[in-house]
Amino acid sequence: MIHVENLYKTFFVPHKVKALHNVNLNIDAGEVVVVIGPSGSGKSTLLRCLNQLETANSGKILIDGIDVMDPKTNINKIRAEVGMVFQSFNLFPHKTVLENITLAQITVRKRSKADAHDKAMHLLEKVGITDKARVYPDQLSGGQQQRVAIARALAMDPKVMLFDEPTSALDPEMIGEVLDVMKNLAGEGMTMVVVTHEMGFAREVADRVIFMDQGAVVEVGTPEHFFTNPEHDRTKLFLSQIL
Amino acid sequence: MTMLGNQIKKPSYVLSITLFFLMLAGIIGGIYYATLQIDYVWRWYRVPQYFLFHDKMEVKSEIEGDVSSISVSGKQTMITVKDTDQEESYVVTDGTLLVDEGDRIYPGDTLAFQKKWKAGILMQGLWLTLKVSFIAIIFGILIGLFGGLARISANPALRWSAITYVELIRGSPLLVQIFIWYFVLGTLINTILAKQNMWQVPPLWFGVAALACFTGAYVAEIVRAGIQSIHRGQSEASRSLGMTYVQCMVHVILPQAFRRIIPPLAGQFISLIKDSSLLGIIAIRELTKATREVVTTSLQPFELWFVCAILYLVLTFTFSMFLQYLERRTLSQ
Ligand SMILES: Nc1ncnc2c1ncn2[C@@H]1O[C@H](COP(=O)(O)OP(=O)(O)OP(=O)(O)O)[C@@H](O)[C@H]1O
Ligand SMILES: [Mg+2]
Repeated sequence: MIHVENLYKTFFVPHKVKALHNVNLNIDAGEVVVVIGPSGSGKSTLLRCLNQLETANSGKILIDGIDVMDPKTNINKIRAEVGMVFQSFNLFPHKTVLENITLAQITVRKRSKADAHDKAMHLLEKVGITDKARVYPDQLSGGQQQRVAIARALAMDPKVMLFDEPTSALDPEMIGEVLDVMKNLAGEGMTMVVVTHEMGFAREVADRVIFMDQGAVVEVGTPEHFFTNPEHDRTKLFLSQIL
Repeated sequence: MTMLGNQIKKPSYVLSITLFFLMLAGIIGGIYYATLQIDYVWRWYRVPQYFLFHDKMEVKSEIEGDVSSISVSGKQTMITVKDTDQEESYVVTDGTLLVDEGDRIYPGDTLAFQKKWKAGILMQGLWLTLKVSFIAIIFGILIGLFGGLARISANPALRWSAITYVELIRGSPLLVQIFIWYFVLGTLINTILAKQNMWQVPPLWFGVAALACFTGAYVAEIVRAGIQSIHRGQSEASRSLGMTYVQCMVHVILPQAFRRIIPPLAGQFISLIKDSSLLGIIAIRELTKATREVVTTSLQPFELWFVCAILYLVLTFTFSMFLQYLERRTLSQ
């Protein structure tokens, strides 16, 4: 489903940073991959390159067989197939919960208002917030906002979901409700790439864990492997710090 | 909240207010006293006629004949002049008749005086100021919107055009720009049009263009700042859903930016209404120019300039009230 080959990304402003350094990756359909690594290791950059919020300097990215970095590819079409959930939710504050979920359905997927509405209500039910459809995002708790953001991404019927630290901005008591939604999603067979520090989530639902450091993939393995006998010293050091 | 720092006790509050009104009365009284020293005669009663006046119009016959009938129905009177081979009827509303039935009439004879309310010069000037400001604001918004978007565009040609435009306009006086529009561009355009035997662009449009371009540059900067004040996550979220740049702007960024730019826009447009007073120098008879003309004929400069200032105040105050209402409405949803 996702194929990444020799991916390089360097930032020059404000100073030179090799955010991604020769990253290679294959993710199959239905797989749940958790990406871990210290701050600044390039996790977000990798995710953002996958849906072209960031343009890599060189390398190749195929999503569902389509070359994402080819200038001839209609990137908006790809993005509609790749849902993204952000650390800071990024809900549209001037639109109600319902409008947040219907907007892209109507403008991008060209669905009728009624269809988009039905889909939104169905998804709100799925993430457990049916009673808040008509309120504005700032009237919701962080956990509720993130669940709306997940519903907003799911409304496009994406083939892949990217999560960039979806629970990092949440109060501890709200983390569980968001992770539950994600677990259900994994159970339904969604292809997911999740950047998170929630090792419990990784252990429970990840098919594979990827450890990144300084822009490179250092170690790949099952959660089992990471928790019992991690290979590299850097991996050991990192895990000892967060566990 | 902000008052907490310098709260004032009740007695001294009353004292301050009293002082304020005393000062106001002092200034007005002082000016009035000074005008008495130079034997200025205040004639406020002469002012209203420059807004609205009762015009006396003559109704004249175009043919020769006899007044065959005068029929009155309510305020309207119909006078019919009849000759052997022709007949003509004149309707007079609210007028004074000068002829009787059977009178012999020759072409050009006055049949009646008719009174009619007409807008005076000041009223016309006020209307023109409103019209010019309104059109310039509309075009200013359009220019500013595109200018602001071009200013943050990834395309260097667009970006540099926008920067050049904004810097040129903001770097020179509006008066000079009006001269350039009228005497340089206006002469060029109208001479070329004249050579093609085509219609001439009236000065009004060069004035409006100057104001619109001037305001557009400032609006562009306001729009740019408004858009940039919206968190990057908003555009990333909408783009990640597959929305195009235009969809993202229209549905997500601009509606949010709009709320934030209403207050600075209001200030800009109020400046524009006041700056339209400069258009008088290119023969556009807006409020200030109209006032100047009335002053030269009426010889009542003191009353008229105060009236002129108050009229601008009414315009700008109404406008700012309207925008405050708009702001409250967009915020309260
Ligand atoms: N837009 C940008 N401009 C400049 N440098 C950037 C930009 N985005 C990321 N970087 C740099 O690239 C490196 C990788 O950043 P990235 O955000 O991918 O790390 P991360 O693994 O997601 O870290 P965190 O856990 O803190 O989110 C960092 O050194 C960061 O400073
Ligand atoms: Mg990150």
